[in-house]
Amino acid sequence: MGSQGMLVADLLVAQNIAFYVIAVGMVVSAVKVVTVKNMVHAALWLVLVLGGIAAQFILLAAEFVAITQVLVYIGAIVVLFLFGIMLTRAPMGRSTQLDNPAQARAVGAGIAVMLFAVMGFALWDGFQDRQFGQILVQRTAQVSDSIFSTYLLPFEVVSVLLLAALIGAIVLARRD
Amino acid sequence: MLVNQFLFLGAVLFCIGVYGVLARRNAVLVLLSIELILNSVNINLVAFGALWHATDPANLSGQVFALFVIAIAAAEVGVGLAIVLMIYRNRRSIDIDEVDLMKG
Repeated sequence: MGSQGMLVADLLVAQNIAFYVIAVGMVVSAVKVVTVKNMVHAALWLVLVLGGIAAQFILLAAEFVAITQVLVYIGAIVVLFLFGIMLTRAPMGRSTQLDNPAQARAVGAGIAVMLFAVMGFALWDGFQDRQFGQILVQRTAQVSDSIFSTYLLPFEVVSVLLLAALIGAIVLARRD
Repeated sequence: MLVNQFLFLGAVLFCIGVYGVLARRNAVLVLLSIELILNSVNINLVAFGALWHATDPANLSGQVFALFVIAIAAAEVGVGLAIVLMIYRNRRSIDIDEVDLMKG
């Protein structure tokens, strides 16, 4: 990216610090999501991960996606999960039936570590120390222009899919 | 900022999600882990979108695809939780080890 990229990167110390602080919090919260023994706590740790992702979107100047993340994920999907937890068994304290046996967990951890090794190698090989350069603000008007011109057909397909999924969920969960 | 910062964060979250899917036995917690996986992909999409946007200001494909992923994830959670509820109603358990009716 040359000397200009380095100059821009030198000016981004605050962004880098913010990135690493949020990233460490997100990784700790994500580990809590997959290890904690209380289902309600797992859903609440997930809120921290989702909020951290919204903050990273702000760092990338993608404001509309960040707001959508907060509205849809933290506002709707986590509430849906809490409903799901409460409608199934609802153990409000610690629960012992949540995890596979230790052997299966070790296999899962091994698979995850190997997957990360492969992905980390591929990412490092592909991007090395490539800089973002200047991150321009991606305005909501531009996002809407893109959705309603280039991506109009996929947008309509997604709306039909959402309708189908909602009707399907109602049909499945209905008591008859 | 480095592009790899965001890509590695996405990779870490993805692998934690994969561990969650493999290590958990409770169906709702498996769905939570799948949400982690989908969100890690969103970080990558938005990071690549920001990278492209710097060179081609009219191109916002990364953000648009992230929005599509969010919409699909919402649909997936709705249907997934409905299925989990039905399994719970029929079997009084959401242990995914016991759901082996379609096992070959």
